[in-house]
Amino acid sequence: MSPRAELHELDLTELSALLAARQVSSEELAQALLARIATQNGDLNAFITLDPDATLAQARAADARIGRGEGGVLTGIPVAHKDIFCASGWRTTCGSRMLEEFTAPYDATVVEHFNDAGAVFLGKTNMDEFAMGSSNESSWFGPVRNPWDRNAVPGGSSGGSAAAVAARLCPAATGTDTGGSIRQPAALTGICGLKPTYGLVSRYGMIAFASSLDQAGPLARSAADLAVLLDTMVGFDPRDSTSLERPVEHYGRALDRPLEGMRLGLPREYFAEGLDADVARAVDEALVTLRGLGCETVEVSLPNTRLSIPVYYVLAPAEASSNLARYDGARYGYRAQEPRDLADLYSRTRAEGFGAEVRRRILVGTYVLSHGYYDAYYLKAQQIRRLIARDFDAAFSTCDLILGPTSPSVAFDLGERSADPVQMYLSDIYTIAVNLAGLPGMSIPAGFGAKGRPVGLQVIGNYFDEARMLNLAHRFQQATDWHRRAPASGA
Amino acid sequence: MPWQIVIGLETHAQLSTRSKMFSGSSTAFGAEPNRQASAVDIALPGVLPVANRGAVERAIRFGLAVGGSIRRRSVFARKNYFYPDLPKGYQISQYELPIIEGGALLIPAADGERSIPLTRAHLEEDAGKSLHEDFQGATGIDLNRAGTPLLEIVTEPALTSAEEAVSYARALHALLRWIDVCDGNMQEGSFRCDANVSVRRNASDPLGTRCEIKNLNSFRFLEQAIRHEARRQIELIEDGGRVRQETRLYDPDRDETRPMRSKEDAHDYRYFPDPDLLPLEVTPDWVESVRAQMPELPAAMRSRLAGELGLAAYDAAILTGSRELARYFEAIASRLPGNAKLAANWVMGEILGRLNREGLEIGACPVDAARLAGLLARVADGTVSGKTAKEVLDALWSGTETADEVIQARGLTQISDSGELEVIIDGILAQNPAQVAEFRGGKQKVFGFFVGAAMKATRGKGNPAQVNALLRRKLGADA
Amino acid sequence: MELSLDDVRRIAQLARIAITDAEAAATRDQLGNIFDLIEQMNAVDTTGIEPMSHAQDLTLRLRADEVTQTDERERFLALAPETERGLYLVPQVIE
Repeated sequence: MSPRAELHELDLTELSALLAARQVSSEELAQALLARIATQNGDLNAFITLDPDATLAQARAADARIGRGEGGVLTGIPVAHKDIFCASGWRTTCGSRMLEEFTAPYDATVVEHFNDAGAVFLGKTNMDEFAMGSSNESSWFGPVRNPWDRNAVPGGSSGGSAAAVAARLCPAATGTDTGGSIRQPAALTGICGLKPTYGLVSRYGMIAFASSLDQAGPLARSAADLAVLLDTMVGFDPRDSTSLERPVEHYGRALDRPLEGMRLGLPREYFAEGLDADVARAVDEALVTLRGLGCETVEVSLPNTRLSIPVYYVLAPAEASSNLARYDGARYGYRAQEPRDLADLYSRTRAEGFGAEVRRRILVGTYVLSHGYYDAYYLKAQQIRRLIARDFDAAFSTCDLILGPTSPSVAFDLGERSADPVQMYLSDIYTIAVNLAGLPGMSIPAGFGAKGRPVGLQVIGNYFDEARMLNLAHRFQQATDWHRRAPASGA
Repeated sequence: MPWQIVIGLETHAQLSTRSKMFSGSSTAFGAEPNRQASAVDIALPGVLPVANRGAVERAIRFGLAVGGSIRRRSVFARKNYFYPDLPKGYQISQYELPIIEGGALLIPAADGERSIPLTRAHLEEDAGKSLHEDFQGATGIDLNRAGTPLLEIVTEPALTSAEEAVSYARALHALLRWIDVCDGNMQEGSFRCDANVSVRRNASDPLGTRCEIKNLNSFRFLEQAIRHEARRQIELIEDGGRVRQETRLYDPDRDETRPMRSKEDAHDYRYFPDPDLLPLEVTPDWVESVRAQMPELPAAMRSRLAGELGLAAYDAAILTGSRELARYFEAIASRLPGNAKLAANWVMGEILGRLNREGLEIGACPVDAARLAGLLARVADGTVSGKTAKEVLDALWSGTETADEVIQARGLTQISDSGELEVIIDGILAQNPAQVAEFRGGKQKVFGFFVGAAMKATRGKGNPAQVNALLRRKLGADA
Repeated sequence: MELSLDDVRRIAQLARIAITDAEAAATRDQLGNIFDLIEQMNAVDTTGIEPMSHAQDLTLRLRADEVTQTDERERFLALAPETERGLYLVPQVIE
């Protein structure tokens, strides 16, 4: 690391060291990144809400805290938040016209944790509307572009966060993952993203899409950075009934442990038909590296993988149809003009306030829960969900971690799949099952495929095995430099 | 031709918790609109429910009181529908797996008691309140009540008349208050009934199509609404029509029911388990610890009062009408060993009568158990007569003295000195030789004349029992 | 799977989403494709499999019955499109 390096080029761990050594102030850092956002974001559309005054005030407070010797590893670090997290005084839109004018009156627990750590709130990032999408094209605020190729999507739904980290607009960002929404955009933009075990990160203040699947996690440039972020995000929250009470962990504790003897399970179904050759090649090379580091690979089977998509497209829309019923134009958010009566208020507010993909999923969810169909769809999907979870149980009896591609292809072009929802849904084939089982999953950069677009390697752990996943990723990143590759800056 | 009416009741009892079912908002009644509506209650984006242990514990208490089975595992589901007083667009309610199943409630009947079987009781949250009157073309929404914990108690279709339905509702109301589960305040909406009513020609016929009458918040409306609805259905069928299954609203001003428009398309609630709430577990240990704190239940107390204290079944039923009354009675009876019947008569007659005339509840009775017991002790030991005691009670009712103080101050002690009484009675007999002769000639009725004269001569203070005994002896009536 | 236009209109009504006739036709086709995908589930025999509603096999944590919320009415009402005298206003409701 050279002190002459531009601040935006440094990762979280590097910046943290500079801040602690008082070689740079948090205010300077925030200013540098805000300046970079000002020149780069117009094109990328990664950030949708900025509040430089609030950001700089928080940076100055962080500097004072560091000055008092009370700083922690995140104190003064600018962090971008997916616009799904409520943050007091910040516009919180969830990528939707429905909440275009909504200023949250409270902080999500995740935001609270970052504030408590002294992190600096850099801005809100763009996302697929209500986190429903795999390309970030469903946002009311327009699509996000992939920093590696402006014609490509960044993935979704945490596409704004992923693009912001990849384009070096911020060292770290938060995301949420319901069916792959952290891992897939991390893969498509060449960065690292981790979805923890369900229940580790509080969902309080995180706008719900599918409650039994939603889980927040960090996006950053390295496994070591993810470990630091995870330490801050994880924690029991009495306001979330699904939050887990567990002893406090230090996720970076095992980063440097040697990988000798670690058994990596390769699911037969993840390397079969449907996986693009360029992605397969990059993943195979990564496996060669890992074997070189002492890992053993074993074939495992997750036979119900292909069913994870139909199961997900029953359960997630069902939960969403109910979670999104609160947007009715009565208490906050968008309200249709001059409603004739109550029915008109509801139906026009919701038709005008929600975009096409959200409306489609609400209708699917409404249908699968409706009278006479519940058993055939919802109950059946929940039963198969259990079979999918059992597949993982069985696989983990013969391996420590499961590895494979994050996405079957590199980033696709803007508009390429938006006309065909089913085609879009299939891009989540390797990520969805992890959410259904509630397991932790991670994506780390593993090279490049067609058109120079990044490839992600997915690491799936057993419940609460995040430290081991980060260990593997860190050792891999010490042996490779894919995570250090940066896209060219825009004009 | 006699029709049979079949009624099932669904009662919503507001649980007497301090805070709401899924949020830390207060449940106190009467706050200004929306001042007790938290982020969770108004369903802001991102908020989540956390269930109240106090509400669950009250449900367990109810389950134990009706002998229902308490499910070890029950599930909160979402009942989805749109309505402005339902901020989330769904109500959290137990559906397929309720916390309490079965059980029964004893209600008074002509021939003793009848057991009304319960289907279930489940936990849910209340909706807010819509105010239609005050705004031109608009409805105002107050969400203070949204999220208040309710126990919905459902009977089998086992009630057969409006009177019986009311009798069940009263017994349930009393029980819920007895076990401190619900304050029972009907004006404030803490106890509301929905009645499912159907009719059929014979008891052996299958059940007819039912209509549900919503939100009956007084015993009188419950009775009138069922009467009216049964009559409407019978007339409809007799005129060749058919009953349509629907939700209706009772209008007490017109004494009629009408279909509820807002429920027209609400048949498809799309229930599913709430993903924000894990299954509710009630361990046997928890049940046992709740059981250990249960008060004696009214049915058990009734049989104890009848058995140990020898009260009539009817009296025991009246005295266990509420836990406060039962406590009052027991506090008195325990101070008057062997005189439980005297205590029962006074509580049921004088005390309940006076409270009723003044529109007071037993909790507001101006004469507490200790003071009444003090008075009844003087009745029991003959210090004052029953008639004088009522006079003393008047003084106790409006003052703060004890019975002994009143008796002392007013010189109301009755004459039990047989020597003194004998002198008075001898005088009366001497002054009325004609009547003495009549009595001795067999005219028993004249005895009353002598009693009256003796009481008059003692200005009411003569001990009636002693007066009687002395007269009989002197007149030779004992023989 | 074949959905009818009536099915689409019925669920749109249940979900309170206004839908034009043209939208209904397009929606029917898209939903039809999605349900073709969903119906791949039919191939699996799930007899006797316990449904999985949550990612964890745990039971509910309960909170103590305590009032922890303070009055935030003015902040919340400020978010609403229309209020009067402390109430949220909506077009007249007929019960």
